[in-house]
Amino acid sequence: MGERLSVDCLGRTARGSGRPWHRARVSSGGDAALASRPPLPREGSGRRWKPRFGRVQRLVALIALLALHAVVGLGIIASGDRLGRRALLVGAVPPALTFLWLGFQVPDLLDGEVISSSVSWVPALGLAIDLRLDGFSALMVVLVAGIGTAVFAYATRYFSEATPNLGRLAGLLTLFAGAMLGVVLADNVLLLYTCWELTSVTSYLLIGNDHTSAKARAAALHALLVTVAGGLVMLGGFVVLAQSAGSYRLTAILDAAPSGTGVSVALVLVLIGVATKSAQYPFHGWLPGAMAAPTPVSAYLHSATMVKAGVYLLARLSPVFAVLGFWQPLVVTVGLVTMIVGGLRALRQTDLKLLLAFGTVSQLGFMTVLFGLGTPEAVGAGCVLLLAHGLFKAALFMVVGMLDHQTGTRDIFELPALDRRWRPVAAVAVVSAASMSGIPLLFGFIAKEAAYEAVIDSGLGNAAVVLGGLVAGSALTLAYSLRLVWGAFVTPHRRAPREPADGVKAPEEVEPPSLGFLLPGAVLAAFTVVLGLIPGTLDRLISTASSSLDARVEPLHLALWHGVTTPLALSAITIGLGTVVFLRLGRLRQVLAIGARVPTSGDAYLGVLRVLNAVANRITGVVQNGSLPIYTGVILLTAAVLPLAVFVTAAEWPGWPELAAEPGHVLVSGVLIGSALAAAMIRRRLSAILFLGVTGYGMAALFVLRGAPDLALTQVAIETLSTVLFVLVLRKLPDRFERKSVASLRVLRFVIAGTVAAGIFVFALLAGGSRTTEPVSDEMVERSYPDGRGRNVVNVILVDFRGLDTMGEITVLAAAAIGAVALARAGRRPPGFAEPTTGTPPAGRPGDPAHTTAGDGQRMLLEETIT
Amino acid sequence: MKRLVILDRSVRVIFHAVLIGSLWLLFAGHNQPGGGFVGGLVAGAAVAMQYVAGGIDEVRSLSRFRPWTILGTGLLVSALTATIPILGGHEVLESGVMTVALPAIGDVKITSALAFDVGVYLLVVGLILMVFESFGDEPPVDDLRGQTSGSGG
Repeated sequence: MGERLSVDCLGRTARGSGRPWHRARVSSGGDAALASRPPLPREGSGRRWKPRFGRVQRLVALIALLALHAVVGLGIIASGDRLGRRALLVGAVPPALTFLWLGFQVPDLLDGEVISSSVSWVPALGLAIDLRLDGFSALMVVLVAGIGTAVFAYATRYFSEATPNLGRLAGLLTLFAGAMLGVVLADNVLLLYTCWELTSVTSYLLIGNDHTSAKARAAALHALLVTVAGGLVMLGGFVVLAQSAGSYRLTAILDAAPSGTGVSVALVLVLIGVATKSAQYPFHGWLPGAMAAPTPVSAYLHSATMVKAGVYLLARLSPVFAVLGFWQPLVVTVGLVTMIVGGLRALRQTDLKLLLAFGTVSQLGFMTVLFGLGTPEAVGAGCVLLLAHGLFKAALFMVVGMLDHQTGTRDIFELPALDRRWRPVAAVAVVSAASMSGIPLLFGFIAKEAAYEAVIDSGLGNAAVVLGGLVAGSALTLAYSLRLVWGAFVTPHRRAPREPADGVKAPEEVEPPSLGFLLPGAVLAAFTVVLGLIPGTLDRLISTASSSLDARVEPLHLALWHGVTTPLALSAITIGLGTVVFLRLGRLRQVLAIGARVPTSGDAYLGVLRVLNAVANRITGVVQNGSLPIYTGVILLTAAVLPLAVFVTAAEWPGWPELAAEPGHVLVSGVLIGSALAAAMIRRRLSAILFLGVTGYGMAALFVLRGAPDLALTQVAIETLSTVLFVLVLRKLPDRFERKSVASLRVLRFVIAGTVAAGIFVFALLAGGSRTTEPVSDEMVERSYPDGRGRNVVNVILVDFRGLDTMGEITVLAAAAIGAVALARAGRRPPGFAEPTTGTPPAGRPGDPAHTTAGDGQRMLLEETIT
Repeated sequence: MKRLVILDRSVRVIFHAVLIGSLWLLFAGHNQPGGGFVGGLVAGAAVAMQYVAGGIDEVRSLSRFRPWTILGTGLLVSALTATIPILGGHEVLESGVMTVALPAIGDVKITSALAFDVGVYLLVVGLILMVFESFGDEPPVDDLRGQTSGSGG
């Protein structure tokens, strides 16, 4: 177990070239697919070490922060409900610390420095904990840790002290934050996959948080199956990619940029994983269902972070692999369809949370388009959108959560009219929704402008089509944003007063949220405004992030006003179109219905589950037919026939070995054979068991004769105990074996027994005779004392040389014991079944003599007979 | 409850002797025939004698620990012995040796493999107790309830 810590100081390689944040990348050289890319400086050139205070601590910090998430998360879960709402405060500590820590690293990261650390795990499999924090990872950490902290703060007000299982929920949130950090920090595809699946698992547990609700459980399972299946497909792709590139390190794979048919297939597999995780069409069905989770969970996992894992991976791969012919058409089409279908379906929702969920689907499609293009400009725009979306969508979820929490509903048609004290909440909602729809002066506008500009500059043949799709999708975004704000804060005032629906408070009873409840959302909205007004503050972060994805990215300059340009005109068209859609919503029902009619993975998912259940039923019916003789027969035949077939075809006949060395062998063997035959033929079970015992003791005698007292000792002990146990079980079985009336069955049994006997015989003969190299046991005998400090070789092998095997064996033994006990328990009558203490036979087999237990009723005092 | 007195008395006498024998097998196992597995089996045979003489109640009265507690402790001891060397930067299951001077007995060499063997011993004993517990006499209804809630926690 070696531990290796290293620092990459890749920055500043292109200093003075006018591209100060140009990160060096190891050029792969003669790869035809990449020939069009500009030559890049080699890693070694211009490397500059900057000795800094506390570098080592910084490297350890990455691992320590991840470990902290795990420890705190598990600790909170273990503490149960003891902490109450304080669990959320404790749970917020790891993300908050991570955020703070990142704050201190930002200056170095902006200089293009990369913090990485690596702990090797299973070197032979390429399995290592490679962590790497570059500009883009830093951007994601901002989302994961920053929004994570805000969500924890929000959750302390959202949940009441009496919420059941709050400790579990808080712990899972912390664990999720750790897993998500792992995803964005992993530089090893296997580690990335592991963390990826961990986020799926924590998401599953969080969606199903209310485990009494069948709907929540089904939604959780849907999300789990879709994302985990996608993850598995992706793992297959990863393995092929890594094998072609010769390394499991993500950076090494990207540097090597392998190509070929196999790699293309692998990339499509990875893209399937991306699409399931980031809820891309046609796999988006699980995300709306995931809204069964409590709102803080939805705000965090299902809008700001987890669903972006797919986009994150896409962003990493795209700059390198977008040159492959299938990439752009495939990814961009999927993204556009997702964006428009999501937008159409969002417009049809009356539940505000579902509206936001479909909005998230739509926005994820937007990000997929940008990152899927893979051009330097699009990568930059994607980074801006990633951040902007995290800010406005989390805030909107928080607003919907506040509405739900204070009024008891989040349905547009049920929400009560809210009074003036709700204005701060409305302000947060308006700012965030406006940012989502790309209204000027807000951060979302900057992102949208950058996106339009990127597509225009991309030099794509059909840029106009992509641009048209983006404008249409953005117009839909504006329309559902308006629907959200109007539905929550305007239309309830216009409706005639009426009886509130079930569980909904009357308008005069509704209290506005407390300041602490509002604050996290307000802070996020404030960022949306500030970053919208002075986007230049983000120039360096976004530039570093995007240049760490693609070295060709020019330093970006984000600005509010670019002059009268095409993007500005497109923004105007978007706003106009979106407003028209919103105003004419009633007349557009027919158009909107298209979105609902598009087939989704939801139907396919249910179909697959149904087929799977049916197939499983049939298979179980055939395989688990409940007949013990058939089970035993199948197992024994398999064990005998398979090796026999191999030996007959492959191995050479070693010749007859020496059959008996001394008279004792013949004697013992005779007893063995005789008692084995007797055990097979005798009718009384008890006698059969005793004869079976004789064969065991006979084996022990053979061991003694061959000079293996250790084996003999074990054999005797085992034989004694198993005979006793057999007798225990026997009490519950009939006294005699059933007589088989059908002759063919008896023949079948005889054939099986004969085959097994022949198989074992040949196996023993060949195994002993087919030795080709020096037996390893000689070395073990030699090394037993010097290495294992023991003179009993068998024992030294068991506890030292082959200790790990023994460890595995005793674990299996323990598991088998627990299983056997459970089976024995399951066979017992349920408590409450009146049972006389004497050994009366159970109802099923009246009068069966075997059921006279050897228990207390049968015991007699020996003394009585003696005296 | 009726008992065979002679059997009962004999088992009382033999039981502890067999148990000590099993411990001897456990500790001598590293250099002479024996070891944790055989030792555990022999201890299991002692338990079987108790069962034959006095039934499941007699077996239960042997230890105030539940069978699965013993089984789990054994597994834990073995697993700890296997993993502790990692903390010191050694390989899994790397064995260490310590010589202890005991009064009256003299120098006793203790290897970490012995701790591993002790785990195996406990596991086997727990396993056998569990088998008797589940295939032996039917437990009283209350007891069954108590055990299920106990093992669930």
